[in-house]
Amino acid sequence: MKTVNNQHEIEWKDVWTLAEQKGERLHPVSFELLGRGRSLADARGSRLCTVIIGSGVNREDLSELIERGADVVYLVDDPRLANFLVEPYAKILGLLIESYHPEIMIAAATTTGRTVMPYLSAKIRAGLTADCTGLEIEPETGLLLQTRPAIGGNILATIKTPNARPQMATVRPKSTRIPERQPGRAGEIKRIELTEDIFASRVAFERYVPDAEGASSIEEADIVIAGGAGVKTAEGFDPINQLAECLRGAVGASRPCVDHGWQPYAHQVGLSGKTVSPRLYMACGISGAIQHLAGIQTAESIIAINTDPNASIFQLADLGIVGNMFDVLPELIEKIKAIQSSGNR
Amino acid sequence: MKIIVPIKQVPETSKVKMDPVSGTMIRTGVESIINPLDLYAIETAIRLKEKHGGTITVISMGPPQTMKAIREAIAMGCDGGVLLSDKAFGGADTWATAYTLTLGVRKLGGADLILCGERATDGDTGQVGPGLASMLDLPLVTYVGKLELAGSGKFLAERLVEGGREIVSVAAPVLMTVVKEIGVPRLPTLRGILRAKETEIPVWGPADLEADSTLIGLNGSPTRVVRIHHPQVTRTGEKIVIKEQSNVEKAAQSIIDFMKQRNIL
Repeated sequence: MKTVNNQHEIEWKDVWTLAEQKGERLHPVSFELLGRGRSLADARGSRLCTVIIGSGVNREDLSELIERGADVVYLVDDPRLANFLVEPYAKILGLLIESYHPEIMIAAATTTGRTVMPYLSAKIRAGLTADCTGLEIEPETGLLLQTRPAIGGNILATIKTPNARPQMATVRPKSTRIPERQPGRAGEIKRIELTEDIFASRVAFERYVPDAEGASSIEEADIVIAGGAGVKTAEGFDPINQLAECLRGAVGASRPCVDHGWQPYAHQVGLSGKTVSPRLYMACGISGAIQHLAGIQTAESIIAINTDPNASIFQLADLGIVGNMFDVLPELIEKIKAIQSSGNR
Repeated sequence: MKIIVPIKQVPETSKVKMDPVSGTMIRTGVESIINPLDLYAIETAIRLKEKHGGTITVISMGPPQTMKAIREAIAMGCDGGVLLSDKAFGGADTWATAYTLTLGVRKLGGADLILCGERATDGDTGQVGPGLASMLDLPLVTYVGKLELAGSGKFLAERLVEGGREIVSVAAPVLMTVVKEIGVPRLPTLRGILRAKETEIPVWGPADLEADSTLIGLNGSPTRVVRIHHPQVTRTGEKIVIKEQSNVEKAAQSIIDFMKQRNIL
């Protein structure tokens, strides 16, 4: 097992983030990470660097990375890197780490980040903390304090990586705001040249099949409208779909809905589904089993509509409506449409 | 086809209630079960075996009572199992766990396919599967929602990623992590339970694995938990009760007001 660690003579410095390309542009989470990274780099008095691995990376996106806080952008751009493949991605990051020795490296807890980061950290014997909701520098030691929920969000654990470098962490998307853009901010773009052997991958990308048009993924949506057992049928999701559509949100579902086949698994929220942190989570007809609550605890706002005044979902709601979703939702949709068509906020 | 399924024993969270005062989980008297997300890996392995033949071995690292989880997996249809158990393995983070499982898998002679659950419902990291692939120098396919062995002898896997599905192909040996969409796990059969009782399950410690003592358990873990706290998970929101149909409009308006106030609308 190759290890770049226990090398105290090496000076590990700088904070790195991993940007992600989505289609032709950068995934917004790339900019969210800069917010996290900037405060860590400032606390360490070091530089903030971003690595992009992709194909045909947009020039405008590069300057946006700098204007939102990156001091250095390491650009790895090759047509063969258009699609995520864990082996070349991990090899590239491993090489960059060996060359530049970042002391901290953070990536988004997306399917890409949660695949490449553990694959990489295992190889280089670095500590990695998954799905952090809080990152800060411990003043006395300069070490990265990584806070993450575990056991369905019922405990918060703070984790440190005393010796191994870099200190690696993935960060939950949507858990930070994108930092303000500072037009004209200076930074350096370093294009990284690669040798042929880097591109070898035993897994071959065949094709990508996007979900039905208009459907946005629940982890990335700002607004998630979710239905539970109280929805009763697949057709019961109609008002939920309509509301999600007019708010440009995504549709979520509790486990019973998925088990009954009313919604596909990709929409399941909770311990055996997805963890979501939208700006608004609206739970309709969801009683709030602990596994479901575990998946929504980090939502910024929660509205619950349920006929049962004692439903546990109300324990977690910022606004609770005791009533029938089939009464409330049509009324709500009508009101929102009226506001939208009148054009005022 | 030789398949290995690494599993983890976790507390049964569905039986857990929330303490209404502290807003935290009441964990006393909670039973241990196979990590629910590992059941999908076991199910996938059994389906592949039914179609293409082969053997399935489950492997787990944990305290002696983890034996129960291994027997349950055998009762579902796996052929055998091995438990990696020793005090020295205790306190392992995901790196040290992946390392220990790597040694276990090597001692088993490797596999054509290693199937893992997406993550465990207690630690919730999803890092051990990818770490194991990396240490075994195997290709890795994560978030697999559909898997078949094509005529070419290659696996065709569908990855559930943000906003869509990625179809990839890969030849054995390979490690994959599967998600719930892959199929409904079967229940153990009576015959399976009897067979599981009779199956001898070896227990391997650090010496059996020729483990480097600086790389296992807490000692071998690059990360350290320095603080645990129980967050207050409850929120104190306003509650509006719709007593009659005429209240519906008011309730809808209060949602609008709430959204405006929080700049969501």
